[in-house]
Amino acid sequence: MANGGSGSPLAIELSDINKSFGDVHANRNVSLTVVPGHIHGIIGENGAGKSTLVSILYGFYGADSGTIRINGETTTIRNSADAIGKGIGMVHQHFMLVPNFTVLENVMLGREGSLSVETGARKAREALNKLSQDFGLAVDPDLIVEDLPVGLQQRVEILKALFRGAEILILDEPTGVLTPQETEQLFDILRALRKQGVTILLITHKLKEIMAITDDVSVMRGGEMVAHLQTADTSPAELAELMVGRKVLLEVDHTPARPGAPVLDVQDLCLTDAAGIDQLKQISMTLREGEIVGIAGVSGNGQSELLDVLSGIMAPTGGHFTVGTNQITAERPSDPAELRDFGVAHVPEDRHKCGIVLPFSAAESMILGYSGGDEEDGGWWLSPSKLEESCAGRMREFDIRPPIPKLQSANFSGGNQQKIVLAREISTQPKLLLIGQPTRGVDIGAIEFIHKQLIALRNEGCAILLVSVELDEIMSLSDRILVMNNGQIVGELAREDADERALGLMMAGIGAEEKDAGSAKGAAS
Amino acid sequence: MSPPPPLPRWADVGLIPLINVFAALVVSGIVVAIIGENPFEAMMVMIKGAFVYKGSLGYTLYYATNFIFTGLAVAVAFHAMLFNIGGEGQAYLGGLGAGLTCLLLDSMLPAILLVPLAIMASAGFGAVWGAIPGYLQAKRGSHIVITTIMFNFLAASIMVWLLAGRLKAPGQMSPETRSFSENAELPFIHDIANALGMEMARSPLNLSFVVALLACVGVWVLIWRSRLGYAIRATGHSTKAAEYAGIPVSTIIIVTMAISGGLAGMMAINEILGVQHRTILGFTSGYGFTGIAVALMGRNHPVGIVLASLLFGALYQGGAELDFEFSTITREMVLLIQGLIILFSGGLAYMFNKPLAHLLGALLSQRDRTSHTEAGQNG
Repeated sequence: MANGGSGSPLAIELSDINKSFGDVHANRNVSLTVVPGHIHGIIGENGAGKSTLVSILYGFYGADSGTIRINGETTTIRNSADAIGKGIGMVHQHFMLVPNFTVLENVMLGREGSLSVETGARKAREALNKLSQDFGLAVDPDLIVEDLPVGLQQRVEILKALFRGAEILILDEPTGVLTPQETEQLFDILRALRKQGVTILLITHKLKEIMAITDDVSVMRGGEMVAHLQTADTSPAELAELMVGRKVLLEVDHTPARPGAPVLDVQDLCLTDAAGIDQLKQISMTLREGEIVGIAGVSGNGQSELLDVLSGIMAPTGGHFTVGTNQITAERPSDPAELRDFGVAHVPEDRHKCGIVLPFSAAESMILGYSGGDEEDGGWWLSPSKLEESCAGRMREFDIRPPIPKLQSANFSGGNQQKIVLAREISTQPKLLLIGQPTRGVDIGAIEFIHKQLIALRNEGCAILLVSVELDEIMSLSDRILVMNNGQIVGELAREDADERALGLMMAGIGAEEKDAGSAKGAAS
Repeated sequence: MSPPPPLPRWADVGLIPLINVFAALVVSGIVVAIIGENPFEAMMVMIKGAFVYKGSLGYTLYYATNFIFTGLAVAVAFHAMLFNIGGEGQAYLGGLGAGLTCLLLDSMLPAILLVPLAIMASAGFGAVWGAIPGYLQAKRGSHIVITTIMFNFLAASIMVWLLAGRLKAPGQMSPETRSFSENAELPFIHDIANALGMEMARSPLNLSFVVALLACVGVWVLIWRSRLGYAIRATGHSTKAAEYAGIPVSTIIIVTMAISGGLAGMMAINEILGVQHRTILGFTSGYGFTGIAVALMGRNHPVGIVLASLLFGALYQGGAELDFEFSTITREMVLLIQGLIILFSGGLAYMFNKPLAHLLGALLSQRDRTSHTEAGQNG
């Protein structure tokens, strides 16, 4: 473990790190000092250079210039093996685990220690048990990783790093995939690690997390370090301003809704998947013009399937839903193209897999779902110059950067990719907008923009169905909130009555029977 | 080693294929030297044999015509992420389509009607032979690689059965149809040139070459300028995104395989309508498979495919010359050289990417550094 106490050398000391990718100066004279035994946050928007910086620290990239000192020693880190040798461990945003291996096999992978796997496994098991005890990281070493919930998989990643002797632990956006409860558990683990003297570098774009867990915080913007602060001396508003470079509204300006005629009517909608599991059970709800209905729930409780069915990607297996005058049933299913004609727009949860096509140019991604034709005319043919022209217009309107229609979709930041999807779906002036995780992996500046757009769209009379795992987002945008658990709608709350505790209980399926049985029935009728 | 900077596009498209071919030639040269011949002399014979000797260029382009069709076929399927290994069988069936049309109609229709009809028939037969595996993939989940390979065997068996049986010209032993009438012939380029008053040596090069070039333009327009091409590429890059967009993925797979099969089928016009003037056994002689290497080397782009086809055409023609000139260099040795080229530009296509990227990266940053005079440590 790293030495705590005063007088000991700094755990990490980076000075004047520079790194360019072609014309992009991803890190410009970046310096950073991390006190041993502290939890040090690095916050910044997507594309601010956080990931580049830790990649340099972990040996994925070499810096163009600058020096790295670990525990007071100047070093060069050429690859991740070097980093591990220096006691640096990393937990990636996307886990690097072999899904069909056990926890133990994953932890010892690459460190089998002997020719016979058996001997290595025995030693690894002992070490693992000791680590689990020391840090309160209980995981059954014989479980298969893919069967574990995401929170536990992350725990395996942390154990893997500690097993390799990490004294400095880098966590890159660790809470992106976690529920609020799992996030709390992760923070407990981090606190326990800190107690044992482990130095933690936490990369995030969430202000709340910085305030909740870190001792020190460094703020990055546009490839540069703009501030080093002690967390106790700062505020979310100050951090947000430093990140974005201007004052930011953290709360949406939410005016009361004026709901009109029903747009979407869902009755007893069911979905049984190929494996025979009921993903949606008797979902009923009504959406009216000019309101935002939020669906809260721990991810994996049927929200994604609900969006898939309502957007026509999957056919329901029971019940029906009506959009305008068009009824969609199991016998008469629809498809996404037809539903778009009915006025349904859909911002999918996974923009990388569905929302855009990464190798396509922005202009090409801008017509995904609308490539069928009538709009630009031209019949069978596409005119790149016309596409680029209309794309350029939308890029101006939605402030998409860089405003280059020819640029590959993959080269935009998460926030700007989401804006491409949003621009495309909103520009059709839909009657109903289905939107999943609108701000996942999106930076603060863009979140503010996207939220404003959604409210504006609602005020123009569009009905919006919002699915998000971010409770804050649900609470600040929705006029009504439905809670999903295990494929069912277990409760409905008016905007005024919703708070994190009440929603959390319903999401966990606890309140449903005991407290809110009445309202659950009410929502289902 | 840290990851290199991304390779500039000009290097990726222009330099890498040249390096790959060069590497293959170096290894071939070593083999030639081992069997006791002078590699440089052999190289000269090949180049002269492919481009310089009288009529040799015509032969090179004639071979290239086959490769353009089969290469385009593989490329179109690849844009939908379908690996069409069945070009050989689709081309073979294309020959059946062209053959049947000519057998039935060559006494009735003039060339101006018969030839386009035969071309359409070859494309149509190939399209069906491609669309069936497409259907099986889209609707039944049978993997396209497996089914197209099996369909090559089916095509070969059907053709033997027909050419040795029902379609065999009466009163002769060899498994082939009767010769078609002159109405079914695609004119030779040297005949056209001579008619226009230009001297040109005899070669099997015929109008199919022009059709092949038109097909290149057609494929480019299809893939990058049409809504169907957009749907094909979207399906290829991300099936999920295509489904989200409401693109009928199954239909796209079937249609793409039909287009791919049709292009492969059109290879038959070069052999059947252009040269043989009858349908014979085994006229595809592996061109369908070589099309895979051509598409790979041409990066699935029509321009690249034309260039790669020229290279392979030159190899076939120059190789035949090599076989002729050196008693020690046999047909098999020529096949070995072709195999090496396919290995280096196909299987090992990306071997030189990383070193080249490092080299270029170092050269470029050195240029930057001399202008900035800012030196630092390299990680």
